Amino acid sequence: MAQQEILSTEPYLARFNAAKARLPGAGQSWLDELRETAAARFRDLGFPTQRHEIWKYTPLKALQGIGFTPAGEVARPASLDHVPSLLPAKAPRYRATLVGGVVRPELSSPDEELPAGATIERLAAALERDPAGLAELLGRVADDRDQPLLALNTALFEDGVVIRLGRNLVLDRPLELTLVGPLAEVPTQVHPRILIVLEEGAQATVLEHHLGFGTEPVFHNGVSEIALGPNARLTHIKVQAAPLETFHFATTHLRQERDSAYDGFTLNRGAGLSRLETRVKLVGEGADCRLNGAYLLRGRQHGDITTVVDHQVPHCTSREVVKGAIDDRGRGVFQGLIKVAPHAQKTDGRMLNKTLLLSEKAEIDTKPELEIFADDVQCAHGATAGAIDDMALFYLRSRGLDEAAARALLVESFLAETVEELGDESLRPLLLERIRDWLQVRRESLEEVAA
Amino acid sequence: MAASVETIEQVKSLGERYKYGWSTDLEMETAPKGLNEDIIRFISAKKDEPEWMLEWRLKAFRHWLTMPEPGWAKVGFPPIDYQDVYYYAAPKQTEKPKSLDEVDPKLLETYEKLGIPLKEQEMLAGVAVDAVFDSVSVATTFKKKLEEVGVIFCSISEAVQNHPELVRKYLGSVVPYADNKHACLNAAVFTDGSFVYIPEGVRCPMELSTYFRINAENTGQFERTLIIADKGSYVSYLEGCTAPQRDENQLHAAVVELVALEDAEIKYSTVQNWFPGDEEGKGGIYNFVTKRGLCEGARSKISWTQVETGSAITWKYPSCILKGDNSVGEFYSIAITNNLQQADTGTKMIHLGKNTSSRIISKGISAGRSNQTYRGLVRMGGKAENARNYTQCDSLLIGERCGAHTVPYIESKNRSAKVEHEATTSRISEDQLFYCTQRGIGEEEAVALVVNGFCREVLQQLPMEFAVEAQKLVGISLEGSVG
Repeated sequence: MAQQEILSTEPYLARFNAAKARLPGAGQSWLDELRETAAARFRDLGFPTQRHEIWKYTPLKALQGIGFTPAGEVARPASLDHVPSLLPAKAPRYRATLVGGVVRPELSSPDEELPAGATIERLAAALERDPAGLAELLGRVADDRDQPLLALNTALFEDGVVIRLGRNLVLDRPLELTLVGPLAEVPTQVHPRILIVLEEGAQATVLEHHLGFGTEPVFHNGVSEIALGPNARLTHIKVQAAPLETFHFATTHLRQERDSAYDGFTLNRGAGLSRLETRVKLVGEGADCRLNGAYLLRGRQHGDITTVVDHQVPHCTSREVVKGAIDDRGRGVFQGLIKVAPHAQKTDGRMLNKTLLLSEKAEIDTKPELEIFADDVQCAHGATAGAIDDMALFYLRSRGLDEAAARALLVESFLAETVEELGDESLRPLLLERIRDWLQVRRESLEEVAA
Repeated sequence: MAASVETIEQVKSLGERYKYGWSTDLEMETAPKGLNEDIIRFISAKKDEPEWMLEWRLKAFRHWLTMPEPGWAKVGFPPIDYQDVYYYAAPKQTEKPKSLDEVDPKLLETYEKLGIPLKEQEMLAGVAVDAVFDSVSVATTFKKKLEEVGVIFCSISEAVQNHPELVRKYLGSVVPYADNKHACLNAAVFTDGSFVYIPEGVRCPMELSTYFRINAENTGQFERTLIIADKGSYVSYLEGCTAPQRDENQLHAAVVELVALEDAEIKYSTVQNWFPGDEEGKGGIYNFVTKRGLCEGARSKISWTQVETGSAITWKYPSCILKGDNSVGEFYSIAITNNLQQADTGTKMIHLGKNTSSRIISKGISAGRSNQTYRGLVRMGGKAENARNYTQCDSLLIGERCGAHTVPYIESKNRSAKVEHEATTSRISEDQLFYCTQRGIGEEEAVALVVNGFCREVLQQLPMEFAVEAQKLVGISLEGSVG
């Protein structure tokens, strides 16, 4: 193995010590303790290196030598006149927009619109308004024992969003969370924290959209904690389209109780280096978890999708279909782990990863893993990697499509299969559109070469 | 189907728990316990080795001291006390026997119990046996017949004496001494093993076979096997193991290196049924083996087939480096663990050349409180144009206290390379068992039957003599796992 440079934790710990008295919620003893413990944990663990099995394929050395200023310390520009949206312009929605990890109320929907029993609020504000409630939530789903980036987020988060839906509440419109990167002139770091709690029988659709406008490096280290009560249903779409200068790390920790359903879809196409990690604990019988997604990488992008689904109780199902297309010198990583605890009988867990390599220098590293300690289970995984099928290409060409169009069509149909896994049909076109955009750019560049 | 009836009978006939559980009383000549440079010099001197061989061993030993224990495999065991092991033990004999008649009759009796075709059975399926009793090869048969076609089949110590140029060229060329902790230890202290050289264009006229035996108490076994198939040649090599029942854990760190030159083919089959420890997990062999084949030449082929039912801990990844264009690698494996056995096994297929292809079929069966992991790597290098891999790993769980894990690594740097991987984990369906039991087949037999069916794809790859033994083993290994 290549010599590992260790990324220094020092600047981050120094930042923590300097800022801890000013961070939101400072002075609340439970939170101070939580942050101190997390900082100590981060110091002990250090940044992950490729020697950590779960970071084997994603090196962090690109972050080295860059001094990231906390986004909160950089002066914010006056305003953003327009925040891009995943949804069509007139579609009804609730909205929360964060710029540089901090909620911008003027770009978010007013609280009055929300139905009774639902709250969407700034994390910093919630810590002041309802400290006892937050103490029950924060750090309760996520476990930082072997998660240095989670510990770093806990120590340093400045803001985020807290979404709470009461019993049997069905959120009537999708909630769009837009996370815009810091609009700064210097390299920045941002550690947003998102908490989503759906109580028994509640239902919601959350669209999470990551983007940015800057050209300076950004170290994004987001953490989401999601707790689904019995019978709760959450559709969660995440589109990562940050600028190439961004190092995007995001970990979603999810806990599902009895008969709850999580329908997740991740589209990873932005950032020079990204890792989207989802860690799921199925703690109630009958829970159903879907972690589908697609990755689109080009240039020198490195995109990593890592999932861990922990079946702790019997009768749960999990499904994953993750596909990707990699062009130029892009490098894709997929790591999926299905764990089945002793006594978690009747578990049904399936995972599929397929990759199309579109260029000579593209690379995919995939590791679909099963760890099973119960016998009455049905678990399976599959993985493939390869190029576009020549026969299929020939067929389309013989029907009069030019090569670029034929290739784009084949890649699109390949990726569309993942989108079709999404339960809510009305959301599928949004994702397909984003996949087509990406292909269009590729098609144009191919045509240029041909011309 | 006649075959399945036969299988049932065979499984039935194997009532006893572990029929190879006995040891032979023989006077042993041993080096003192422990490991240091003097022991290595002792081993080297005993074998009358040339200077370069000793140097290589010492280099390995010095490197070994600096290496940490590998900790990534999903196995647990107390730390090994390397100083509490005898590194050299040989049956005492004044000089090498000229024929089988001169061999200690007790030894022959031992092999007879194991069913090795040494004497009268010589002709059975034309198997030539280089029997390794502890560390020294005691008898080699069919030597003459092999000599006629120019095949060299001898112990590696003899090869060091008689064919130093071949040994020097290839030893450590596939598994370098610094490869991993266990292989490094082997390089320092290996006492014997087999050496095979098949000359250009020769198809080896018979299956070559070595039965390894671990016999002396506290004797670590460090076999080293080197097989070279020259251009256009073919050889099928069988390795089978049984060990006497013992309470103390025994360490085995073998190395097998295969080299296939242009158009050559090597088929390497293993049946491993070493003592797995008792129902409480007491005793049993630690089997830490490094096996690797290099498809050096174009159109060469290496095929590994293994049936792993024994050992308390198995740590073994027979691999292929597909360097030559159009070369082929295969891995067929059945691993069965019961009681408290642990197995972490799989393969690596490293595709370097163009149009290389590999196929991995792995069948894992866990029962009792055992744990089993398939760990594999398929790597498509940047120059592996049009390379192909197909992998299928299936796990079967019997009982609710065992574990089955799958850890495949797939790395592709070539667009035109195609990789396919599939894995499933399930248990024997109640429908299948019900069908068998309602036809009057006992539950245990039914399980053996279903398991044999589950493994069929791999069993078919074994040479005929081995296939029968392996089928019996499948039954024995699962005894006591049902009901």
